[in-house]
Amino acid sequence: MKVVIFSTCVVDLEFPNVGKAMVEVLERFGCDCYLPSDQICCGQPTYNSGYEKGTQRTFRNQVDALLSVESDYIVGPAGSCVAMLREYPELLKDDPEYLGKARILAAKTYEFSQFLWRILGVENAGAELNGKATYHRSCHMTRLLGEAESPYALLEHVKGLEMVPLANAHDCCGFGGTFSAKEPEISKQMVDEKVRHIEETGAEILVSCDPGCLMNIGGRFNRLGKPIKIMHLAEVLNSNVDERRITYLKQMPV
Amino acid sequence: MGIATSDKPLLARVKESEQDKFMQASVAKAQDAQHTKREDSRALLGNWEEWRELGEQIRQRAIAYLPDYLEEFSNNVDKNGGDVFFADTEADAVDYIQKIVKETGAKKLVKSKSMVTTEIDMDKQLLALNKGLALMETDLAEFILQKDNWDEPTHIVFPTLHKNRDQVREIFMKLGYEGDNDPEHLARFARKYLREYFLQADLGVTGCNFAVADTGMINLVTNEGNADLTMAIPKTQIVVMGMERIVPTMADAEVLDNLLCRSAVGQKLTSYVTFAGQQVAGETDGPENFHVVIVDNRRSEALGTQFQSILQCIRCGACINVCPVYRHIGGHGYGSIYPGPIGAVLSPILGGYEKFGELPYASSLCGACTETCPVKIPLHKLLIQHRMVYTDRLKMQGGLNNFMMEVIGIGTGFPFLFRSAIRFGRPGLRTMAHKTDRLTALNFIKDEPLVDKGPGLVGGWADVRDLPIPPKHKESFRSWFADHKQQQKLAQAQKDNSSDK
Repeated sequence: MKVVIFSTCVVDLEFPNVGKAMVEVLERFGCDCYLPSDQICCGQPTYNSGYEKGTQRTFRNQVDALLSVESDYIVGPAGSCVAMLREYPELLKDDPEYLGKARILAAKTYEFSQFLWRILGVENAGAELNGKATYHRSCHMTRLLGEAESPYALLEHVKGLEMVPLANAHDCCGFGGTFSAKEPEISKQMVDEKVRHIEETGAEILVSCDPGCLMNIGGRFNRLGKPIKIMHLAEVLNSNVDERRITYLKQMPV
Repeated sequence: MGIATSDKPLLARVKESEQDKFMQASVAKAQDAQHTKREDSRALLGNWEEWRELGEQIRQRAIAYLPDYLEEFSNNVDKNGGDVFFADTEADAVDYIQKIVKETGAKKLVKSKSMVTTEIDMDKQLLALNKGLALMETDLAEFILQKDNWDEPTHIVFPTLHKNRDQVREIFMKLGYEGDNDPEHLARFARKYLREYFLQADLGVTGCNFAVADTGMINLVTNEGNADLTMAIPKTQIVVMGMERIVPTMADAEVLDNLLCRSAVGQKLTSYVTFAGQQVAGETDGPENFHVVIVDNRRSEALGTQFQSILQCIRCGACINVCPVYRHIGGHGYGSIYPGPIGAVLSPILGGYEKFGELPYASSLCGACTETCPVKIPLHKLLIQHRMVYTDRLKMQGGLNNFMMEVIGIGTGFPFLFRSAIRFGRPGLRTMAHKTDRLTALNFIKDEPLVDKGPGLVGGWADVRDLPIPPKHKESFRSWFADHKQQQKLAQAQKDNSSDK
C-alpha cells in the first residue's frame, strides 16, 4: 500500500520524532511511505487569521505536492491539519482547476490514528509503555474531523499503559493557532486550566494526536516548571514494540 | 449606549476579568452544570441531530423569506386589532415606544426580559424622557441588575452570572430585605416586591422569543412567569422584537421551543411557554392595546451576505455556555451585551468593526459553539469571515503582526522558501532563544536554548510558553526520512544482490 506522508509544518519545524515514529509504525503495517518535498502547510495559520487570498496559493501548492506521488492514501500526524485538508473542496470551490484535485485529495486523506484503526484495522499495535497517561482530545480532530474514537481504541491496547480520563476533555487547551500568539492573555488562562486538569489526573504522560496542542500544553508545563512527558500517539505506538503482540480488529469500525 | 458595555479596550477588559476570580469560578461552575443538563435533556429526544437539522431548515426558510413572513405577521396582528411598527433604528424604536407612553399616560411600566430592549437602551431613555414614570424589570436577574444601579448583563440567558448571593443580598437590603443569603429567601422577597408592582402596572413591555407569522401571536418562554403577568395585567402591551424572531407557523414554533428550552437551560420545556397577542372577543384577559415594535437596527446588514446565517440565532446562549474563552473572560470581557461566540459574530454587525472588530480574534476557533448550536449556525466559520473583513483594515494599517502574517503567507506558498525555513529556522529562532535551566516537559523540551521572548507574534507565544528551537537541519524529519529511504534502498539492493548469487 502506497502512503504519502503529510508531514505538517509543525512536525517539520518542531517535532521530528513524531514524523519518524509515524513512518516506522506505518511501515510496520506494510505501508510504503513517500514524503513529497514540495509540501508545506495546510494553510490554517493565514487562512484562519483572515488572509484568505494569500492562502489560496498555499492550498494549491499543498494539493499539487501531496498528489505529486501516486498513492492509495495520504496520512498526517495532526487531526487539525488533516481536518483542514478535508475542507479543501469547500475552500477551493471557486477554482475550477483545483476543485477536482481537492476532492481527490480530501477523499484519501486520513489522520494517523484513524488510518491505523479504521483503514488498516489495527487493534493492538504491539507497543509497550509503562506509566500512567491521559489523552488530550483536540478540538479540530473531534469536532471538525469528527474523530473521537480511534486514539482511545488504540491506547487501550498498549501494554503497561494506564489511561486515566481527563476532566473537561471537551474544553480547548488554548492553542488555536495564531490565537495563542495574538491573544496570549486569554490563551494563557485556557492552557493553565488544561494544565491543572492534567495535573489532577496524576498522569505522568500526556498523549495527543495534535502536535499544535502538545506544543502549547508542553510549552506551558515547562514554563511553569511542572513535570510532564509529552508524547504523540505515534510515539506511544512505536514504544518497545513486540510484533507478536500485534492484533487486528475482527470487525472494522463503522 | 447601544450594545457596548465598556469603553475600555479588549486587553484591559480581559485583565479585569482575570482579577475577578469569583466571576470565573461562577462561570466555570455554571458551564459544567449546564453541560450535563443540556446534553441529558437533548438526549431525551433520541435523535438530536435530526432535530437540529429541522431547526436549521425552519430558521433558514424564515430568514430567506423574511420580508414575506414579516408582512404576514404584521397583517395578522393588524387583523386582530393590534399595531405593528417597523423601526429601522434604535431611535425609531424608542420614539415609537415613547409615543405610546405619552398617549396612554402610563405611570407604571413593567418589563419582562428582552435583549433587544437592552440593545436599544430603552429603559434609561424612557426614564429620562418621562419624569413621572416608574419602570420595573420583573425578570429576577434583570431586576437585580436594575437595582444595582443598572449593572450590565454578562450573559443573554443568565444576565447576573457574575454576581454571587452575597452581592444580591446586599442589593436587596437597600430595598428593605432583612434575611440571609439563601437564594430561595432572596427570590421570595423579589417575588413579593414585584407582585405589588404588577398589580398597579398600566403598561407592559415584553421581548419575544418567536413571532408566529400565520397567527399574529407571539411566543414567550420563561421560568418565572413574569412575562405572562406583564402581558396579562396592564391594559397596554408593547412587544419589542428583533426582526429575525419570526417563525412561519405554530408547528415551527413548537420545534424551536423544544430546541430553545433544552439548549438554554437544559429543560424539556420551561415552566411557562406562552402564545398570546391582542385580546380578542371572548377573551377575558390579555392586552386591549397590543403593539409590536419590529427592530432592524442594522440586522439587514447581514442579509444576503456571508453573515446571513447569524440571523438564524434563537438566543439560547448554548454557544456561550460551551465557550472556553467566555469561561475565562466572562461577559464583561466581550464589552458587548451580546457576549460569547454569538456576540463575537453579532456585535461587529450591529455595532461596527471600529468598536467590535477585535472580538472575532478572541476565539481559538475550537468549534464548540458550532457543535452545540441547535440551529446549526457555523459560528466559528463566521468568526473567520469577520477576520477576513477586518484583515483588509489591518493591511491598510500595516503593523508588525500584519507584516509577520504576510511573511508566513509567502513562506507557506513557495516550497523552496519553506525548505529554507526548515534549514534556517534554527539559526533564526536561535537569535531569540536563551539558555535556561527549565527542562520539565520531557520528550519535547531539550537541553538547548529556549525561545522565551521575541517581537510581535513570537513574543505573544513566548510570553506564556517555552518553545524549543527547531532541530538541526540534519536532525529534521525530512533529513531523517531521506536517510531512511536511502538505507532502505541500500538494504534492498544488497538483498537483490545476494539472491542473484
